Amino acid sequence: MHIGTKPKNLIKKKVFIQEMNISTEISDRKMKQRLLKDKIFTNGMIFLAFLSGVPLFLILYQLAIKGYRQLNISFIFEEAPDTMEAMIAVANNEIIPGGIANGIVGTLIIVGLASLIAIPLGIICGTYLAENAKGKFAGLVRFIVDMLQGVPSIVLGVIGYIWIVKPVTSGFSALAGSVALSIMMLPSIVRSTEETLKMIPGTLKEAALSLGVPYHKVILKVILPTGISGILTGVILGISRIAGETAPLMLTALGSTVINTNITEPSSAVPLLVWEFYNDPNLVNMIWSASLFLLLLILGLNLSAKAIARKWKVQY
Amino acid sequence: MNSEKIFKYLLVSSGVLMVLIALGIVATLFVGSIPSFKEFGFGFLFSTEWDPTEGRESYGALPFIIGTLLTSILALIITFPFAFSISLFLGEYFKDGALPSFLRSVVDLLAGIPSVVYGLWGFYALKPLVAELGLNAQGFGIFTSSVILAIMIIPYASSLGAEVISMVPGSLKEAAYSLGATRFEVVRNVIVPNAGSGIFAGYILALGRAIGETMAVTMLIGNSNNMPTGIFDLGNTMASLIANQFGEAEGLKYTALIEIGLILFVITGIVNYIGKLIMKKLSA
Repeated sequence: MHIGTKPKNLIKKKVFIQEMNISTEISDRKMKQRLLKDKIFTNGMIFLAFLSGVPLFLILYQLAIKGYRQLNISFIFEEAPDTMEAMIAVANNEIIPGGIANGIVGTLIIVGLASLIAIPLGIICGTYLAENAKGKFAGLVRFIVDMLQGVPSIVLGVIGYIWIVKPVTSGFSALAGSVALSIMMLPSIVRSTEETLKMIPGTLKEAALSLGVPYHKVILKVILPTGISGILTGVILGISRIAGETAPLMLTALGSTVINTNITEPSSAVPLLVWEFYNDPNLVNMIWSASLFLLLLILGLNLSAKAIARKWKVQY
Repeated sequence: MNSEKIFKYLLVSSGVLMVLIALGIVATLFVGSIPSFKEFGFGFLFSTEWDPTEGRESYGALPFIIGTLLTSILALIITFPFAFSISLFLGEYFKDGALPSFLRSVVDLLAGIPSVVYGLWGFYALKPLVAELGLNAQGFGIFTSSVILAIMIIPYASSLGAEVISMVPGSLKEAAYSLGATRFEVVRNVIVPNAGSGIFAGYILALGRAIGETMAVTMLIGNSNNMPTGIFDLGNTMASLIANQFGEAEGLKYTALIEIGLILFVITGIVNYIGKLIMKKLSA
């Protein structure tokens, strides 16, 4: 308790003093008013706080109610139906045949390739920032990583188009999508690696160095394994951030009606399929199940990231 | 000794690569928009025309800049009471326990929902509601997009606020309580003045999110290239314009869209920079 210090903010407020000077002159009525105000504010706050969670449940409810009928084995293992097939099925009041296998394979390839690019680079860069906490160049890199985090995903789509679609694959391709998404997931990996490594006490490193272990082995065998949970959390959050991205893929991977494993060819992805179903009146019944699948995938990734963070906290 | 050096070079070169990526993005956008800039100059920023008709092609960014700022600022205004309530709830009133950890998870999950799913929900649930209220004939428009954006940015706007509110020194609050202040008075006169700039920084960062958001807005804003006349009018944001038209764009339109991307990049950069600046001042 700092009894002697004067909270400056309090003194500045004239109104505050007036309200604070509780003296006998202030009537009971005023007191009651203040208490009422407090009560109204508290209840209003609690109400608004929980009201903001309502959309989550409305969305989950709507996706589950409308999407569960389509979610079955063939939904995961079959390619997306074409408009005609879907139209006939709808006309006969049947479940639309087919699934989103082309999207799932596409998402796995695009996200996997993006991870392949971003995870090593992100961890190395995060290690660099943690090891050079005060350097000038490290400060610049940190600033740039912060700025990269804020770049709108659609702009990264444009970048993927100009860097890869036009010169490299001369056409829309999964590779271009991967490049755009890898830039998008980099910042979260870099920052989580840096934050985690910074929390590891210096004594650990010093102990290893004093035993004559070379610097790079200290990093690779002592520091990184100690911080693996934090790094892993960052990686999973990064993946969950890009797995649902649609906008950059519209400009890069474009979409495909068949399963495609060639990364220089256009490829589909689950979020792209949601977008395609949305635009095709005959396939509109598929959007709910595709969205449900996507949502469950991402929420699952988020929850596992949280579980890892909680269970394997950095211990020393 | 040798592998030691290689390792250190590896670390530094990853930083260099980061810088190169960022410079590459800026350079690419600049070079890509040169033809458009040569054609329209700075008038591009102030022209309200977006006419792809061959022969009299003319492009201007103003309707989309206005559309972007209008949707995102409106979203921020709508999100404010909710995000502030969550910040207070988690940072001051209920710090531990089952209920706040439930709310925290809900807010986290809100952040995880993909933009395209928000767009779907907005299209099938929110749009009919807006139409029914008579705010807009079909329910599309800037207002509808703003409401969806407001829900999307709640997690970003509230998390930083909760953190700074929980860091307000207990001694200050206790001093106010000892003078007989009610909790509301403590919030208004102690917590808000103390944590205000941190809360504000959170909103600025959330604004940056809203400005760059694409899919949900594309599905709800109505995609009109005209200057919006009010918040219930149809419109287009810079991001939704690129999403809609980049695919089939060629020639002048293509570079005009890249220039729009550059403007979007610069605006989000400035907004994020201001947010980070405020945060830096706080931690210093």
